[in-house]
Amino acid sequence: MFFREDRPREGVVRIPSGCAIAGIMDRSGGRHDGTDILRSIALMHDRGNGLGGGFAAYGIYPEYKELYAFHIMYECQEARAQTEAYLDTYFMSEKQERIPTQDVASIKNPPDIWRYFAAPHPMRLNMSGFDEAEYTMQHVFHINSHIDGAFVASSGKDMGAFKGVGYPEDIGAFYRIEDYQAWAWTAHGRFPTNTPGWWGGAHPFTLLNWSVVHNGEISSYDANRRYVEQFGYRCNLQTDTEVITYLFDLLTRRHGFSQQMAAHIMTAPSWDEIDRMDAPCAAFETALRSVYASALVNGPFSVILGSEEGLLAINDRLKLRALMVAEHDRMVYLASEQAAIEVVCPEAASIRSIEGGVPFVVQLDEVVAREQGASGENIQLEAPLAHEIGVLPPRRKEVDHVRS
Amino acid sequence: MFDRKVPTYKVLRDREACTNCGACVRQCSYGVHRIDEQSGKLVADHGACVNCQRCVLMCPPRAIAITKWPQVGTGSAVWTPDHMKDIAKQARTGAVLLSSMGNPEPYPTYWDHLLLNASQVTNPSIDPLREPMETRVFLGSRPVALRVNTRQHAVISDMPPQLRLDVPIMFSAMSFGSISLNTQRALALAAEELGTYFNCGEGGLHPDLERYANNTIVQVASGRFGVNPQYLNNAAAIEIKIGQGAKPGIGGHLPGEKIDGEVSRTRMIPEGTDAISPAPHHDIYSIEDLRQLIFSLKEATRYRKPIAVKIAAVHNAAAIASGMARAGADIIVIDGFRGGTGAAPKRIRNNVGIPIELALAAVDERLREEGIRSTVSLVVSGTIRDSADIVRAIALGADAVSIGSAALIAIGCHQCGDCASGRCNWGIATQDPALTKRIHPQSAAERIVNLVRAWNKEIEEMMGGMGINAIDSLRGNRLMLRGVGLNQKELDILGVKHAGE
Repeated sequence: MFFREDRPREGVVRIPSGCAIAGIMDRSGGRHDGTDILRSIALMHDRGNGLGGGFAAYGIYPEYKELYAFHIMYECQEARAQTEAYLDTYFMSEKQERIPTQDVASIKNPPDIWRYFAAPHPMRLNMSGFDEAEYTMQHVFHINSHIDGAFVASSGKDMGAFKGVGYPEDIGAFYRIEDYQAWAWTAHGRFPTNTPGWWGGAHPFTLLNWSVVHNGEISSYDANRRYVEQFGYRCNLQTDTEVITYLFDLLTRRHGFSQQMAAHIMTAPSWDEIDRMDAPCAAFETALRSVYASALVNGPFSVILGSEEGLLAINDRLKLRALMVAEHDRMVYLASEQAAIEVVCPEAASIRSIEGGVPFVVQLDEVVAREQGASGENIQLEAPLAHEIGVLPPRRKEVDHVRS
Repeated sequence: MFDRKVPTYKVLRDREACTNCGACVRQCSYGVHRIDEQSGKLVADHGACVNCQRCVLMCPPRAIAITKWPQVGTGSAVWTPDHMKDIAKQARTGAVLLSSMGNPEPYPTYWDHLLLNASQVTNPSIDPLREPMETRVFLGSRPVALRVNTRQHAVISDMPPQLRLDVPIMFSAMSFGSISLNTQRALALAAEELGTYFNCGEGGLHPDLERYANNTIVQVASGRFGVNPQYLNNAAAIEIKIGQGAKPGIGGHLPGEKIDGEVSRTRMIPEGTDAISPAPHHDIYSIEDLRQLIFSLKEATRYRKPIAVKIAAVHNAAAIASGMARAGADIIVIDGFRGGTGAAPKRIRNNVGIPIELALAAVDERLREEGIRSTVSLVVSGTIRDSADIVRAIALGADAVSIGSAALIAIGCHQCGDCASGRCNWGIATQDPALTKRIHPQSAAERIVNLVRAWNKEIEEMMGGMGINAIDSLRGNRLMLRGVGLNQKELDILGVKHAGE
């Protein structure tokens, strides 16, 4: 088996880690294979320690773009049987297959990794009272919390995550990412402080169309976790990346903010800055900070958020982690280190570092065009709160794990 | 001879140092010190001493010290001298025993079993001397989600009124009558200087304090003393007092002899009559009645002021707090069983209620389970002794804390626990003009400001050590706490791990 029972794994303990992150995107939507992102993250080899690497890719399944693409890792046959029975109940699967992989000497004991292209079961979706995204999210949570030995690595549409235990360049070779064509790639090389050796714990962390790669250790973790858990999110992995993803999901999908605004809320301007603003602006920022006080993310972090709209990069308010950006023609490059950009695009102009607390947003041209006419008002999802529908408070997987 | 009570304290006088100046005689309102007519020497009536330490600190040659009366008990752990003294007193008077200040019994203080975290290697600590460190807090209810227009920088949602605190520390409710007007003046001045709030308690608001309206929280308690539209509108917020940590479940009684002209005018009751606060509000016999009072007050103030509801920490605090939030309270205030008081029946003070740490943890967790924690603010009080207690309280889930005893200690209180007698030598818990003039409002305010500023600096240091630069990120951040010497049940209720985990 690929993880040892006697060692605590991700979710049972909280594991701080340092990292390398990178992202490459073509604004025009042109698709590129994984060669460049692999070279970029490989250059930052020393920022990881071989205990986690991964990639997220957008636009890789155009033939199934209406369906949820579930990438699921299995530790054992039973987990697969149980998960597939579950999926059969709640989803209608168009296609399912083993994700093609290639033997790499340094990758030991990989799990059995499958992908499913599926749509929610229409009648069950209707009866659930949720919209499609919320329905899918709840079922992903269920698999991750209740089916031992199964882990949903990604669950978005026309996107996927490829991750595992190893150096990112080895993980990339293992998944043959050069065979996929994507308009946006993100990558992660991990330096966890101890050795859980669990594939599910590798990054990017994903949920629906979100993928997050993150470098840092946020000091507001528990404040953020306890905030999002009020709204039905389950922080099973106890990682920063997980809670950051849920914050983005809550603020954008449920509360209707733009991604940029969500990032702004998470790295809110300081009170000193707000005090210097004119009265209407100060009132606006004050209202945001007081309503979303617990969504403020503190401590060092640099994050690249991927979604169907594009990429968003954000640094903590004090700029305690490195993150560089460069643009060249229709391409945008992001990386923890400047050299990781130059190695794939030596001609890139205007390489600069992203400022603390100022989100850098790059959207597909079509998204930019679509949003130009938008009103600027956020429209909230009227989803009932957990207690209103009688769902019990969230329980953590480790509790089940220990008891069983 | 049965009624001869054994003194509690003994006054020690260094005869060599004593200059017979008589300062102690003038300082002591209890008449402990007097000059013996025959010998011309200073002597002490030990039995009258309450150990307020006024004479000790005022004696120019430092010739006085107070010690425990040397009489020992029989050694019984059951029939202690304290128990026997109480029995004798009640046998003599047939009365309920009265006490003052917080519960002194040796119940566990959970603050002392919670340790704080700091950053090492994997994330950097932040130096508050070099980086901005934010301790500003807003109190009030909020929508779960805010509707805005990002382009126009406009808030579309109705934003309920908010109290802005520049420091996460307010002053607990202490009424005029239980404390002197000069003490209230000092608290008001300090609140204004610090950008926070003092609470006038249930005794009405003296006209002299009306100019501090922006830093005042007025209280509506079961006695409704001094409550009228002007009173309600002359404040930043209104607090409905249901209970107090020192005396959960019972009302208050300010004896007629303390109701002098000023107190009578402020409380709006005749001079010399007893001011009795009933145990319950007689218009609140259930949660829906509370809702009516909350909304009556909101109507009376045109929805411009947040309404706080204060309860004592009792066994079922979590469910009650959740009900309060649903009844429309904007701020939930919970007062722990060690909280101070001007007067409370001794048995109530020493035996009723639960520790604030457990109540706070339970309330915060319950509100989160129900998904309403972010829609309401939570303030706790009742033994906040230093800045580390505040950091612990906020990490457990409080938005802010209130301090009462600590603020009084800053201006002279020595916790002698005899407030109810009205003879406070420090000029705090008395209405005697000869004593109240011992508090100089400006210099007392300066001491309170110093204390709160010092604590706020320490909070910033501790937050910085954790790698946190805004107090928002400390709130409810229980991973920043670890328990020591606690059992699993206690850890579960507090929602913290044990040190080493």
